[in-house]
Formats: sequence, C-alpha cells, structure tokens
Amino acid sequence: MTESDSRVRRLDHPVSTLIDLTAAEAAELVRAGDLDPAELFEAYRSRAAADELNAFTWVADGPPAPAPSRDAPLGGVPLAVKDLFCTEGVPSQAGSRILEGYRPPYTATVVAKLTGAGAPLLGKTNQDEFAMGSSNENSGFGPVLNPWDRSRVPGGSSGGSAAAVAAGLAPWAIGTDTGGSIRQPAAMCGIVGLKPTYGACSRYGMIAFASSLDQAGPLTRNVTDAALLLRHMVGHDRRDSTSIEFPGEIELPRSEDLAGIHLGVPEELAGDGVAPGVLESFNATLRLAEGLGAVIEPCRLPHAPHALSAYYVIAPAEASANLARFDGVRYGLRIEADELTEMYSRTRAAGFGAEVKRRIMLGTYALSSGYYDAYYGTAQKVRTKIAEDFKDAFTRFDFIVTPTSPWTAFELGSKTADPYAMYLNDFCTVPMPLAGIPAISIPSGLSDGLPVGFQLAGPAFSENRLLSAAHALEGAIGFDGSGPMTGAGAEVSP
Amino acid sequence: MTDYEPVIGLEIHVQLATRTKMFCGCELSFGDPPNVHTCPVCLGLPGALPVLNARSVHHGVMIGLALECEIAERSLFHRKNYFYPDQAKNYQISQYDVPLCRGGRLADVRIHRVHLEEDAAKLVHVGESGRIHGSSRSVVDFNRGGTPLVEIVTEPDFHSAEQAHEWLSLLRTTLKQLGVSDAKMEEGSLRCDANVSVRPAGSTALGTKTELKNMNSFRFVERGIRAEIERQIALLQAGGEVEQETLHFDPGSGRLTSLRSKEEAHDYRYFPEPDLVPLVVDAEMLEAVRAELPELPAARAARFERELGLSAERARELAFRSELGDYFELVLAANGADPVSVANWIPQLVERIGSETDPAQSRVAPGALAALVAMVSAKEVGREAAREVLTRLVADGGDPQEIVQAEGLGAMSADDGGVAELVDRAIAADPDAADKVRAGNTNAVGPLVGYVMRESKGRADGGEVRRLILARLIDRI
Repeated sequence: MTESDSRVRRLDHPVSTLIDLTAAEAAELVRAGDLDPAELFEAYRSRAAADELNAFTWVADGPPAPAPSRDAPLGGVPLAVKDLFCTEGVPSQAGSRILEGYRPPYTATVVAKLTGAGAPLLGKTNQDEFAMGSSNENSGFGPVLNPWDRSRVPGGSSGGSAAAVAAGLAPWAIGTDTGGSIRQPAAMCGIVGLKPTYGACSRYGMIAFASSLDQAGPLTRNVTDAALLLRHMVGHDRRDSTSIEFPGEIELPRSEDLAGIHLGVPEELAGDGVAPGVLESFNATLRLAEGLGAVIEPCRLPHAPHALSAYYVIAPAEASANLARFDGVRYGLRIEADELTEMYSRTRAAGFGAEVKRRIMLGTYALSSGYYDAYYGTAQKVRTKIAEDFKDAFTRFDFIVTPTSPWTAFELGSKTADPYAMYLNDFCTVPMPLAGIPAISIPSGLSDGLPVGFQLAGPAFSENRLLSAAHALEGAIGFDGSGPMTGAGAEVSP
Repeated sequence: MTDYEPVIGLEIHVQLATRTKMFCGCELSFGDPPNVHTCPVCLGLPGALPVLNARSVHHGVMIGLALECEIAERSLFHRKNYFYPDQAKNYQISQYDVPLCRGGRLADVRIHRVHLEEDAAKLVHVGESGRIHGSSRSVVDFNRGGTPLVEIVTEPDFHSAEQAHEWLSLLRTTLKQLGVSDAKMEEGSLRCDANVSVRPAGSTALGTKTELKNMNSFRFVERGIRAEIERQIALLQAGGEVEQETLHFDPGSGRLTSLRSKEEAHDYRYFPEPDLVPLVVDAEMLEAVRAELPELPAARAARFERELGLSAERARELAFRSELGDYFELVLAANGADPVSVANWIPQLVERIGSETDPAQSRVAPGALAALVAMVSAKEVGREAAREVLTRLVADGGDPQEIVQAEGLGAMSADDGGVAELVDRAIAADPDAADKVRAGNTNAVGPLVGYVMRESKGRADGGEVRRLILARLIDRI
C-alpha cells in the first residue's frame, strides 16, 4: 500500500472540517455527544444549496423538524435522495418535466425508514428522466456535471446522488438501480454504490421505471457507510408484495482479507469492449485481491452478452405501462385540448423527453399483439438463462467480478447522438438485475485522472459477504476520493 | 325461409362484497360523496404499488367451487393496457392466460373461466343526457376504482334470450347464497355482457358474433339479446352479413348502436404484472373455503325433491330464489306441517306480497303460515277461506286462528245442517245443472258446488260439498 498511501484519507487524522468525516464517523460523533447534528446538517445544507454541479433539484431550506433524536442509529447525518423517491410535500419529479412541481401526499418506505432511523432529508438529487439513461443527460432539469471533471458526465441514472456524494455536497445518498443506475455513476464519480438483491428493499413510493428490476440502494464514500445505510433500508414492506424480509441483519464490515474467497472473472464481461485504462485498473485490483488471499479464476456466463438485448426489451415493456399514468388527468403537466386523446397526446409529447419516448415506443411495440412472443417472450427466456448462468457460477465462486463500466466518465454530449453506444455503458451492470442478485461497485483507482469502478456480484441475499469482501479490497486499494470535494459547494470552516 | 338458431354466451362481472378494495385498504362504498375512499394506490399516484386483498381471493375461490370449476394452484395477474380516465394507471390489473378458475358448470350451462380483476372508477359526464355525447366535460369518481371483481365467462350454451334471463337469476341466487356479492344489477354489482350470433338451424358452425355491452337489468338483458337476435336474422334474411362489433342496447328506444368495430378493437398488450407475485391457492385454503360453502340452489332443489317429495318444478321455484327456500324451511320448522302442502302455499304468498319482496320481510310470520296450512289439513278451515285468511295476514299480520274465529271463517262440517241446506238451495237455484247431473253428467256438478262455496264464504269443504251433491242427485234415481 506504500504507493497509494499519500492518497489515503486517513481516518485518524485530526478532523479539519465536518465534511471530511465519513457518514459513519459523523453518526458516531453525534451519538457520543461530540457533534451537534444541527451544525452538521447546516454544513451540508449550505454546500448543497451552493451546488454548482446541478446535482440537486431541491434542497431543504432549514434544519429538519422535528430534529432527529441524538441517539438515533444514523445520528442525524443528512441524506440526499434521488428525485424519484416520493417525499411528502417535497418535489418528487423523477427528473421529468411531466411531473414538474409534483409534491406527493406520501413518502416512500425506504425514505421513511431512513429518516426514521435518523438520516434527515437534505435534498432531492437530479437524475435521468424516470431513471432512463447512463449519463444523466436525459434529465428534464439539465445534466449533472462530474465533480472530477465538469466537462464530463457523472454517469446515470443516479448521477445527482453520485455527484453530490463525490463532491461532498452530501455525506451519503440513495439511488435506484435498474440496469446499473447506482453502480455505474458510483464508478464514474469514484464512490461506492450497492444494488441490493431484488426484494431486499421496498419499492413502495419509488416512481417506477421497470418494476421487476428496480431496486433502491446506497451511494456512499466508503463500504462501511454503504453497510450502515443499507442496514436501515432493507426489510419486508406490507405495501410491496415483491419485498422480502432480509435474512439476518446487515453488519458493518470488518474483514481485512479475502482468504479462501474464490473470484470468478467472466470472459464475456471483462475483456472485449472494455477501455484499456479500465482493464488495467481492473487487473491491478485482481492482483491486490490475490495478495489478500483470494483465488482468481476465469469463468463463463455464456448468456451474459445477450443481457443488454433482453434488458432493452423487458425494461421498456414494463416502462411503457408504468408511465401510462402520466396522462394529464390527475396530476402533473396537462396541456388542454378539445378531445381527450388530443389532451393525452399533447401532454405526453410536451412532458416526456426523447429517450423516454423512445423507450415507451420500444416497449409498446415489444408487447404488441403478434410480437409479444418474439420479443417479450424471448427476452424472458434469456433472463432465465442469465439467472441460471449466475447460479452455476456461484456453485464454484463466491463472487463474480467485472469492471463496473467499460469506460470512465465521458464528455457531455459525446454519446447523446448514438443511443446504442450509450446503452453499451450498461454492458457489465445489466446482467445482475436481470438475475435479481446484489452487486457492489467500489472505486479501484484512476485512469487518466478519472475514477474506475470494480464490481463484485454475489448470490441473492449475500450482501453481508459482499460488503465484507468489498471492505477488504477497499482497504487494499486505498483510493483517495477527496479530490473533488473542494470547490463544488460552499466551504465550511472548521 | 331458413330457420335460425341463436347462440349466446355471457360474460358476467360481479363486484365482490369485501370490506376493502382489491389492491389497497380503501373501504368499498355505494352512494358516498365522490372521491372519499381513495389513496395513492387506487388513484394511481406515482410510486404506489398494489397489494392483493386476501378476501377477494377467498371469494373468487368460493365462486369457482360453487360453479364446479377447477381452481388453479398458481395463477397470474396481468396488466391490461388501455388509456381511459376511469382507469387511474391506464392499465387494469386482471387475469389473462392463467386465471384462477377454469371449466365448470351451473345448471345446464358450462363455465369457460372465472378470473379476478379490479373495477374501473366511475366517469360522470356533466351535461343533460348523462351520456358522453353532448356532455361539456367529464369528472371521475374514484370511490369505485379498484373494487374487486370476478368475471365469469360462460360457454356459448344459451339458445334464447329467456334462457339467458332465467340462468342469470339462478347465478344471482347462487352468488347471494355464497355471501360474496350483493349481486344487484341496478347498482352495478352484477353486470352482464352478451356475445350473440345466429346460425341456420342444424348447422354446427358458429356465425359472426356481436358483443352487447353493459345491460343493467335482467329485463334489459333479455330484451337486448332478443333485439340483437332479430336484427341479425333480419340482416341475414335480407342477404346481408353480420359484422363483428360491440353494441350498446338502449332500453328506452330498443335500439342497438355500434360502440366500435373489429378494426377499432384494442390491442391490450397484456403482460404479467411485475408488482404482484403469482397467486398461490394451496390445498389448505381450498379445503377451508370448501368447508364454508353453503348449500347451493341446485343442490337444495334436489334435496327438496328427494327428501320432501316436492315436484321438480316447485323445488326449483323455491330453491332458485333463496329467500323463498329459506322462508319455506322456516315454515316447516315451525310445526312440522306437510312439506308439499306448505310448498303449495308459498306461491299464494308470493302472489300477495309481490315477487320482489322477501317473505321474511312480510307481515306473515312463518309460524302463522304453518298454523294456517295445518288448519287446512285438519279441515278446520276451507281452502277458499284460508286464502282469505292469508290475504288478511299479508295486510295486517296476526294469528290465523284468531282471524278465523273473529271473521267466522271456520269450516262448515258436512254433518252440519247448514251445508245440507245450502246444497238444497243450490239444486233449487240451478235445476238445469241438477238435471244434467241426474242424467249422468257429473261434470255439471261444478256450478252447484260453486254456489255452495260462494254462499258459505268458502267455509265449506269443496270435496265434501261435491260428494254431498252427487249423493243427493244420483242416489234419488
């Protein structure tokens, strides 16, 4: 670790500013009575309010009322929440102009659990419209800038949450992952992002993109923060029939090694198409893992190359129905017209962006009479095959590891003209949600000054083992993510 | 000219009488102010998710068992996609290719399938007619949105409008007996669509069918189907062809108007509802529901026939209207009167209280009817007089014994000199009839008996009177 030591933000440093504290550290200080949670909240609130990255679509205008209890497990550490989580009385627009100004009458279960555990709402973060995108350029409220390089995208769709955490505008955040929307922006912003097992977290109150894939998860500065946040997110919710009680509790990871852990490297996802700089960081991380005692072997996920095609049938099909409710009748935008169908048509034409329209059309087509079997039916079969591939792989391996994204953050506007190139972004992250399994992305280093993500995927409900392994690797990698934390928001005096 | 045979299938929507809606905890209501029973789920707010009401599954399984269907151990919900303001999500959660129940039978009609789905909200068209045409705007009441429904689809086993009507009343009785629905067509808790086609008599191929939508009373179902059969036959006889379309029957004008043609038919783009898990009905649940099943009309009719000796027709008459069957059994329980006699008195009661009234709600206590029937059997009161007593019971209630005494309606015994005197008077009053009887034409005795019955105010026993008259006239020769 000698080479990277200079970049490690040492936890035993004297605390110079509040924002240097990780969320778990801040929570401990508050709980010990050594830190005033109101001061902590205001430190972040003023930074978020001065956001220059367009990471926030709404920021709290004062301290939370009532103030969280000082002995609450999350210690009053403020939380940034992706726009698509419904928050009572607070704009919840899912990045879409069709929901501009929409303030729901209820709060999403996951948000209610976290605020209940002592993480008050700091603000709502920008995102690709209805979570459809990999660059955050599809937001109805403008793109988010990558705090490592403001000419570049932060990734998407949870780009606002990732940028806010990376830039120190928020201590931690939640997002949603459908095909990589937590892991890919986490990778591009140099932070940790975890997509839990499907059903681990309630989807109630999450404005849906693709119901069979969407999962909420944490975006944090390190693995410990991710574990702490996730601990208070999971659990069965009687309002979500697809949610399941998590077996046991999410533990704070302690592991420092990977002794006896078998890592499978699928040739389908860790070779062709991955940028050389990304591959280099990936391979360096594998060597670190070996140094920690891991056994690394190639493996096969034969159907993984078809994951993207299946995903781009299933997700748009579900979205075409999920987004039908945005019709101008009950809430959100309405463009008046003399006839009902004309009102529908004008409202949706004006309210939805180009990518959302493209996916509604794709999904509608895929479900149409005469095409259903060929598209939706086939995609479901592929999905089953992909899940079987993982199941087979997990009989030999503890985890499958891949680069999170084939590339580092790209220039704003460089892929917007080519939807297919944009979709390829999700090549390494799409197979896991299709199989319903958890996966985590941790920063593995920099390539040309831009963060690279390393992904570990495990069997369903293996979150504790996954977090342990990620924690051990994180220690070995010693990534310094502090670079973008200056300059993006208001400075805080110690 | 060719004879045509109608072929009809019914699709019936039944609102289930659960306490709450199908996918949320909002209460079901009828007649409350608009939009008071709503929540994020039934308003289709962003982020809301459906959770299946277990009671609606229970009711669905119960209907399936009552209709002798096969209950699927695992069935699926689908999304049926179409844009309309009465559907908050712009899709309806329904069952599609893997429904809860398949096959089955009710009386002589086969059931194709039974599935669960959610009801739409109510659209109110603001304007004079209350219909969409000519209205200035429409508003939506979401109180009804999300009410649990069962859709029952029959095989095309009906061949007349009357048969459809009769079968629907049997279905209604069955549903009410199960306690799963109010089954009131006027309130929309029972709704019926009909698929109608005709074919040349003797042909086995099916003709082109049309679909008649939302006829909201039993009478309108019958009239609508009859009108459509006539329209199709007239069309074919004039050399035309029936077009596949959806029709609306206007009971006011008796007219059928086209709602949409085959070309305008929706592509509903069904796909499995990802917000719900497959519906599993295990053996334990199936047995629990089976144990709760009450005796159903068909079984009750069979029992009335087999155990109580009623005619098949009378048994069905009582069993297929459960309130009549219930009342009938209450009367039997009151004093053990002869079932066949009691059964014959029920139509008399219905005639007096009207066919829409539940006899249990009338002034005639089951014990009173039981007492009356017993008095008739014991010849303490004549049949005619008993009918008069029943009329009084219906009007004022009370005890038949007291009415008989107070009104002097007690039977006149044949040994009573009064009857003999009346017989003499009858013969004197109608010598022609008396002569015919004397000449051996016993049928001519009728007017003479009638005279005695009239004069005795029904107190004399008709059979006794007849015997007395015949003995008097024929024995003299």
